[in-house]
Amino acid sequence: MANQAFGAPRLPGPQPIAKTEVIATSQISAKSLIGAGSGHFADSLFRIAMVACGVCVLALVGVIVYELMVGSGLSWHAFGWKFFFRSDWDPVNEQFGAWAFVYGTLVSSIVALVLAVPLALGVAIFITEMSPQWLRGPLAFTTELLAAIPSVIYGLWAIFVLVPLLRQYLEPFLGRYLGWTGLFEGTPYGIGMLAAGIILAIMVVPIVSSITREVMTAVPQQQREAVLALGATRWEMIRTGVLRNARAGILGAIILGLGRALGETMAVTMVIGNRPEIARSLFAPGYTMASVIANEFSEATGNTYLSALVEIGLALFLVTIIVNILAQVLVWSVTRGMPARSHA
Amino acid sequence: MPESLKSGLPSVSFKRRLMNTFATLGAAGAVVLVLLPLIAIFGYLVYKGIGSLNWAFLTQTPKPVGEPGGGMANAIAGSCLILLIASVIGVPIGIGAGIYLAEYGRNRFGDLVRFTADVLNGVPSIVIGIVAYGIVVLAQGHFSALAGGVALAIMMIPTITRATEEMLLLVPQTIREAAYGLGVPRWRTTLSITLRTASSGVITGVMLAFARVAGETAPLLFTAFGNQYWNWKINQPTAALSLQIFTYAISPFDEWHRQAWAGALILIVLIVLAVSAVRIAASHGMLKGTS
Repeated sequence: MANQAFGAPRLPGPQPIAKTEVIATSQISAKSLIGAGSGHFADSLFRIAMVACGVCVLALVGVIVYELMVGSGLSWHAFGWKFFFRSDWDPVNEQFGAWAFVYGTLVSSIVALVLAVPLALGVAIFITEMSPQWLRGPLAFTTELLAAIPSVIYGLWAIFVLVPLLRQYLEPFLGRYLGWTGLFEGTPYGIGMLAAGIILAIMVVPIVSSITREVMTAVPQQQREAVLALGATRWEMIRTGVLRNARAGILGAIILGLGRALGETMAVTMVIGNRPEIARSLFAPGYTMASVIANEFSEATGNTYLSALVEIGLALFLVTIIVNILAQVLVWSVTRGMPARSHA
Repeated sequence: MPESLKSGLPSVSFKRRLMNTFATLGAAGAVVLVLLPLIAIFGYLVYKGIGSLNWAFLTQTPKPVGEPGGGMANAIAGSCLILLIASVIGVPIGIGAGIYLAEYGRNRFGDLVRFTADVLNGVPSIVIGIVAYGIVVLAQGHFSALAGGVALAIMMIPTITRATEEMLLLVPQTIREAAYGLGVPRWRTTLSITLRTASSGVITGVMLAFARVAGETAPLLFTAFGNQYWNWKINQPTAALSLQIFTYAISPFDEWHRQAWAGALILIVLIVLAVSAVRIAASHGMLKGTS
């Protein structure tokens, strides 16, 4: 680094003067800059403070892992691996199995991705490749505005707008025409897996589409020009020139969306019905890992009960971490060499 | 394209042109479908929220079930208190870690910290709540605003860290070298030259982190816990706007539903106000060290 080079300058020609003297007394700010606490002591103190902040970030993850491991110990010793494959959740008799929650989390997230991915890809393709230049900025901004709405407001909207719509129109319609699949049968309550999946989809779209846009922009312009020069239509150019080159990154974007869907709590808790049941129909109420923690943690009586909830949290933590790392690696494989951008 | 050149090219088959049109329509349709919920949410929020907003809502504490009136004043104050605690803890650590990564972190350990910050960014907020419960609530013996603030601070740190690093790396190396050339010590260069040059970007990063946690509910459920009354003590259970919205939304009472909408509108407005106030202050150079 240049900073280190400064410590021992090896310049050709006239050497810099050994001691800097401030002559311009009118430049008080400059003088205070130069005079203030110079010397190795202040520098190393500052460095130590900054390194400590960095270590803090590291320590936080350590504390999270430690707290979750210690907190879930009791449940782990009582139930072991079977915890995740048993579906009885009986706080009264202290029998705990998380399968219903794992199932609910997986199903709601899959429903969300099935709905969100085509939409997110469509939005990304439209914004990067099709939209007129002047519309690009506003469209990107508005879709990302969706990501700024707090989860609890999504939940509120879902309870009072989405759920009644589902109950009155969409679910009876789906039941009549697609009921034979078994996915859409039973009483249309409105509240249930389908509602959770839809609200999750709305929340996941901005993440998937913004990262897809990023990886699509990373595809070199020459790729597009080359395909167009071969006589391709615009769609053929997008398909063969852009999407194919960016596919690893797009997969990463989808997985990142999955990570968000798995850990999403409030909106899902408000519409999924919160019943630890496993039903094939998407109309049926369910329960997710995050929701059960949200609903029962502060009311959990008994150490095993609390410990079981913490163990669900630990599982959620590990799964989202693995999913996020996988996604990061995939996105990096496409955008490598591009300037870094953070995506919260 | 000149006519002579155009006639020389083979024509594009009808099927391929149809496919192209379908794809364009499909993508445009996706945009419309995605914008619909956005419009619906904001429309409902304003429509329902404004109808339920009144002076009592902004100045009173909640009334017991069945009594009309009352408001969320204590929750608004509680949210501000919790966010203040979160910012006091999270912003310095986040910026410090960002400075570390940009100025000292071009090594293996720096990569580890960078990676950890990204991991922390992806941790579900409810899990952060469990951890804050473990390290603050259990230690104190009761729910508190401090616990809520710690939970939100943990969520702010990785966002601020990465944004700060990114912004500091944009500052040209020559500016640092110019400062060193004047004999300014390194720490002073970092704080007064580099950070100051990047301050507008860093502030944006901080505001993004702030906006992200301002509406968080899940990590507050069992840390700040909620409170029906005023509370200004950081070691007592505290109401928060988002918690109150949640409680009211899932309640069976119409009056509470109305208040939930009003609360949601206030929450969005507060987030937008906080973000734009700082942006405006930054663009007018009213904040110290803004370039």
